Amino acid sequence: MGEAQTLPAAGGGEAVGFADAVLTIKGLVVKYNTFRGELTALGGVDLNVRRSRIIAIVGESGCGKSTLGLSIIRLLPVPPARVAGGEIQFAGKNLVELPESQMTRLRGTGLSMIFQEPLSSLDPVYTVGDQLAETIRVRDERLGKPSYGPFRVTPAPEESHRTASRLLGARLPRPRVNRKYPDEAIKALREVQISDPELVATKYPHELSGGMAQRVMIATALLEKPSLLIADEPTSALDVTTQAQVLELMRELRDEIGASVLFITHDLAVAAQIADEVVVMYAGEIVEHAETGQLFSNPMHPYTEGLLQSFPRKFKDEEKLKAIPGDVPDLRFPPPGCKFHPRCTYAFDRCRVELPLAKEVSPGHRVACFLRQ
Amino acid sequence: MASTRKFQLPFDRNEAAITWRVVKSSPMTLAGAVIAVAFVVLAIADVVTRDAILPYNPYALTTQLLRPPSLAHPLGTDDLGRDVLSRVLAAAPIDAEVAFSVVGVAMALGLLTGGLAGYRGGLTEEVIMRVTDIFLSFPGIVLALAIVAALGPSTLHSIFALVPVWWPTYTRLARAETLSVKSQQFIDSSRAVGQRPSYIIGHHIFPNIFPTLLVYATLDIGNVILTYSILSFIGLGAQVPTPEWGLLTVQGESYLRSYPWIPIAPALAILVVAVGFSLLGDGLRDALDPKVRGTFG
Repeated sequence: MGEAQTLPAAGGGEAVGFADAVLTIKGLVVKYNTFRGELTALGGVDLNVRRSRIIAIVGESGCGKSTLGLSIIRLLPVPPARVAGGEIQFAGKNLVELPESQMTRLRGTGLSMIFQEPLSSLDPVYTVGDQLAETIRVRDERLGKPSYGPFRVTPAPEESHRTASRLLGARLPRPRVNRKYPDEAIKALREVQISDPELVATKYPHELSGGMAQRVMIATALLEKPSLLIADEPTSALDVTTQAQVLELMRELRDEIGASVLFITHDLAVAAQIADEVVVMYAGEIVEHAETGQLFSNPMHPYTEGLLQSFPRKFKDEEKLKAIPGDVPDLRFPPPGCKFHPRCTYAFDRCRVELPLAKEVSPGHRVACFLRQ
Repeated sequence: MASTRKFQLPFDRNEAAITWRVVKSSPMTLAGAVIAVAFVVLAIADVVTRDAILPYNPYALTTQLLRPPSLAHPLGTDDLGRDVLSRVLAAAPIDAEVAFSVVGVAMALGLLTGGLAGYRGGLTEEVIMRVTDIFLSFPGIVLALAIVAALGPSTLHSIFALVPVWWPTYTRLARAETLSVKSQQFIDSSRAVGQRPSYIIGHHIFPNIFPTLLVYATLDIGNVILTYSILSFIGLGAQVPTPEWGLLTVQGESYLRSYPWIPIAPALAILVVAVGFSLLGDGLRDALDPKVRGTFG
């Protein structure tokens, strides 16, 4: 920002400038202490996220996708996990070293995250409207706006008061009667295609379906207007039709408020549908990073190739699906050299001793494999 | 359709009405609610009117000694000719005072310390929980006795003595509940939104663990009354002419065979109040649960 470069057609400019970067990760190493030894969940991740881009992070379970997302927003469970090295540059700050108080201020204003299970992401004792109002309150507080005043809708009464009046069964001020959710909250619900937002705002989370709850979570994200949204498998718990709606919303988020989205998924179809760029992770490392079209038409890394072959394509019934042989390595004792070599059909001697570093093989296409270098 | 929709609209649902419908739906809860309300109303009325609502003066000695229950004296009279019913009713304020203060203060303390310990973890948790261990390592009665003996016998001092015995249980309960709530995703979500820890504890942890503590507290009211009666029995709680259920029971104990109404009436009062509150507690948990409320809304 600040540059003369405007951003209308998102991702139009091909110049991978660092000035354009929302997030830059360099050599991030995250380790977990387990009872049976220390494992390296992320072994030196480099990633550059540009403005207004949706980047899908794909890979098998346990490859470090979620760890990457959580370490960016610093919500990793800290006793077992620890960041052992590297840096995360966001909004001119190194998030790895930022004190917790400043990190709290950053979350929700510049940086936000939505989770896999939408229903458990909402507090069961508050209505949807209350939770959206809370988000607005936090955001305004950060922006220095008072949360009261003649032009603002009076904030919803606190839950404790309502609890007290419930207990007393008092006829007193009738909490719900003058209660109104901020117009902005209703608007956000309408924006995420919830019909009858006034009614939904009064619902408790258990009264919503999974798709609705996830849309409420996205509405929260809309209200925060983050410059980077980390979405950890937001569609995995949803059925296909709601999945499509949620993906559409993500795209709108990118186009309307210029947010970048880090979309963590194990579903290649979803990644292909939504992402501008795809990052393939294996055993805690990024093995390939390319534009979506590039990656799917011309996969460079044997692992990406294997992933694509193990995924059904449109009506090509002449081919059998091929599984990648072998299993994900135990991250406590990773194999020497390239971590994929025990499962790789192309592996040669160098792979067994030396770790391949990611290199740009064509513009915007980075691969960590000796075959391509 | 349009009219029913309108009815459900956010702005005119009445929480109290829903609570009442939930409570009303279960006869047991209703019974508990009636007992609890009667107890509280009686206690307040008795204090306000200074025993004037009672059929007889609970302190006045008469010559009608040890009379069995009759129309004039529904629960008979005791060894000094005092009306047992009046004395049992006159004990309500003092027992209500002790039970509610001890449980209330213990619950507030437990909620704060337990919530903090559970949420913060680490050193904070270690310190708070070890302190509760210290308190729990004393036999409750002995600790209460030591404190009340040092302060001198009085109702207020009994409350001071019972709170230190009572709060560690609430702290442990609150901590355990906090740990289970904390592991749920909406806490992470809330952190991801950028909420401060103090806000999360106050607005997400407390409302979620409060119902459990409340139910436990209502079950506990009877326990407090019983323990207080033990203090009175030893002579460190209520003092002799004062009507107090525990004291009345132990004083009447020697008449259990010959004039059973003297000890049984106050004992029954304890029983009824304890059962009433625990029934109410069960119902309140339902009434506080948004899922149950939803089906009544």
